[in-house]
Amino acid sequence: MAKLTIDGIEVEVPNGSSVLQAAEAAGVEIPRFCYHERLSVAGNCRMCLVEIEKMPPKPVASCAQPVSEGMVVHTDSEMVRKGRRGVMEFLLINHPLDCPICDQGGECDLQDEAVAYGRDGSRFQEDKRAVPTPDWGPLVKPTMTRCIHCTRCVRFTTEVAGTAELGATYRGESTQIGTFVQKALTSELSGNIIDLCPVGALTSKPYAFTARPWELRKTDSIDVLDALGANIRIDTRGPDVLRILPRINDDVNEEWLGDKSRFSVDGLKRRRLDQPWLREHGKLRKASWEEVFEALTNKLKATAPERIGTIAGDLVDVETLFAQKSLFASLGSPNLDCRQDGALFDASRREFYLFNSTVAGIDDADALLLIGTNPRHEAPVLNARIRKRWLAGGFEAAQIGDAGDLTYPVTRLGADAAALSGLLDGSSPFAAVLANAKKPMIVLGAAVLARPDGAALHALAWQLAAQCGALTPEWHGFNVLHHAAARVGGLDVGFLPGPGGKTTREMLAGGVDLLWLLGADEADLSALPAATFVVYQGHHGDKGAARADLILPGAAYTEKDATFVNTEGRAQRAQVAVKPPGLAREDWRIIRALSAYAGHVLRFDDLEELRAQLAKSNALFGQAEFRRLGNAALAAPAGLGQVAGGAPLKPVFAAYHQTDVISRASPTMAACLASLTTQAEAAE
Amino acid sequence: MSPHIETFEFDEISEPKVAKAISHYPAGKQASAVKTLLDLAQRQVGRMTGIAWLPQPALDCVAKRLAIAPMRVYEIATFYTMFNLKPVGKYHLQVCTTTPCWLRGSDEVVSACKKASGIDHFGGSSADGLFTLTEVECMGACVAAPILQVNDDYYEDLDAAKTEALLEDLKAGKPQPPAGSLAGRQSSAPISGQTVLTDKAE
Repeated sequence: MAKLTIDGIEVEVPNGSSVLQAAEAAGVEIPRFCYHERLSVAGNCRMCLVEIEKMPPKPVASCAQPVSEGMVVHTDSEMVRKGRRGVMEFLLINHPLDCPICDQGGECDLQDEAVAYGRDGSRFQEDKRAVPTPDWGPLVKPTMTRCIHCTRCVRFTTEVAGTAELGATYRGESTQIGTFVQKALTSELSGNIIDLCPVGALTSKPYAFTARPWELRKTDSIDVLDALGANIRIDTRGPDVLRILPRINDDVNEEWLGDKSRFSVDGLKRRRLDQPWLREHGKLRKASWEEVFEALTNKLKATAPERIGTIAGDLVDVETLFAQKSLFASLGSPNLDCRQDGALFDASRREFYLFNSTVAGIDDADALLLIGTNPRHEAPVLNARIRKRWLAGGFEAAQIGDAGDLTYPVTRLGADAAALSGLLDGSSPFAAVLANAKKPMIVLGAAVLARPDGAALHALAWQLAAQCGALTPEWHGFNVLHHAAARVGGLDVGFLPGPGGKTTREMLAGGVDLLWLLGADEADLSALPAATFVVYQGHHGDKGAARADLILPGAAYTEKDATFVNTEGRAQRAQVAVKPPGLAREDWRIIRALSAYAGHVLRFDDLEELRAQLAKSNALFGQAEFRRLGNAALAAPAGLGQVAGGAPLKPVFAAYHQTDVISRASPTMAACLASLTTQAEAAE
Repeated sequence: MSPHIETFEFDEISEPKVAKAISHYPAGKQASAVKTLLDLAQRQVGRMTGIAWLPQPALDCVAKRLAIAPMRVYEIATFYTMFNLKPVGKYHLQVCTTTPCWLRGSDEVVSACKKASGIDHFGGSSADGLFTLTEVECMGACVAAPILQVNDDYYEDLDAAKTEALLEDLKAGKPQPPAGSLAGRQSSAPISGQTVLTDKAE
């Protein structure tokens, strides 16, 4: 630790900290453009100048100056002010000052700092530099004339995203930040460079010229387009969600957000189910809530409870799942399943289906085995965390099943389950790595669990974790990486077949006469008999609604107060940002209203009462804090059946951009897919 | 003016030099050889097509050889003016116009180059593809200013007539004359001959 004085305030910071970090600890604000906590130090904007006593009499860039014992720093002396004013004048020489037509206006670091350190007029008489506007694909809109060459975007793509696509080419006044060779950015995290850019050089293309930041209402919420549960801020104006930005949560998403989660917002306005529908004479017609409730009540009464079933989809919140489960208990039907992919595995203990090491725990791991998963597509921010761990050194990763480039080197152990046996009997070269690792992680993809032999592979993976010492009271190295935000919540609620209940596969094969799809759009409905009465409750007209005989319009995640449990078992609350469109309602309310219609009144009248009952049924939803689990019992999950050899272990998604009803409805995501496909074809 | 280059691999002449350049650096630090490799690639393209420049396949080949992102190679290649990212003429004429050369008449050299080659601006190439004219900063040979660099060779102590004659010779297909002063100066000694250390030690 080093003790130093900043503007008369004494602070103690760890050795190796920079003066800028020490100033932050002291609560002194230092302007900066290029410095960013999560990126390497570049020291090229020179805005963070400070004066340090007993150093050569010149301003010092505080971001790159390590602290030393007894330093006396002045951040507001005449020399500092003069230095910063000079830097600002140089930065503004080539900056176009087109703030009125720039989307960054109102949330621009350069604009803010120019208020503090800018001159009132320019002394520059020459021509300003102008830079051609490149095309970086459908998400990021570069206006490089505004660029001040802080290189944050270059460092982000190189260090965090792991796709070194951006660089600083040419030199001096001709320096250009760009891709050099015309191309669309291929990273799943490319939207983050928009947040990082301290000026208006990189702005959001879909959001261009839409709103000014002071017009927006900001709502803190949770992302549901993957199972990471990234913390987000929803910016709305009137009834429209205009954009989604990440919030900082070091334990979950740090401050990054995947492109799908950020740019799918335009899908929230398209293909929406904004009123109930009823199928008559083979055609869906618009109906009122009374009509659909009437029709559904009659159907429920006419059908034997064991012939009624419900399957929950990927974007359903815990409250809705709990309400539906309560309703089905009241109806006397045991046919519930929250695994629309047909997965069957032992979920009797929580640790069997959680990402037990936790996202933050990745930082402590020293070996990683990915089984049938592509984290880059299934949870890109989590993948960036793995890359960050790899960059820190002393970390080895391997995978079973080919997932392509993960942005860090991965040993490929084979495509099928045979590689897993190789690890178990020690014949695989990676077995020694796992055995010697202190904190090994084994990550099982959700796609593996969805295979017919998923349960057997689940048990094998657990056995491997136990064998390589990944299950200790201090460290839990067995992980399941889900891709569906609803999955862990569903398993926690116990949205699973009751005694004698039918599973997803059985229900889809005609095991029920009335099938209630609760936002389930990825289930394979092809084998469903034509006579099955299908109720679809959800917010988008997608595969589920197309087959439905009756549609209950629900609310998307931006339109409800709801709880989601992420893949590591962290329960987080989304908050309502806008009202559901038209006649659509929050899903738990629909179920509650129907229960009254059907004569099975559920005993909660508002969200508070529902949540109180939820907390009573599962203590997890009442607890305030998230706790990381150590392993308590070594008993393996029940592995049903045999492993079918030969079939390669494939990740869930072949592509990243369109994987759920919201992103499928999003024109931006469609454009991303199209641009990457064209680019890939051109490369061949 | 130059054949389009689709692919690039180091040939048997470059290969030993590439291996040697990489061997100069410790394992894992092979990226340090990037400038040497770019130079070798540019020379190889010159050998292959008569025009020494770096098409993108050559840049990508260097990146692949050093196992670094292509972007890192583009950054280096665009930073240094000695790497030609566009095709140049058979003879790349680089005229220094920094103060010492300018004082000694670099404007004349520039005009002579333009006149003899028919190029009308810096960065341009002649219609016959023989010459490209580039303005460069100090080449570090001010003692013999003004200077014209033709490909790898410096021609010093120029004036309009000498420059024109030199270019006319090149146009006529004559081989490049030996590099150095065209006014008979011995290396960097005064133009009138040695003025010090004239007593030969017996």
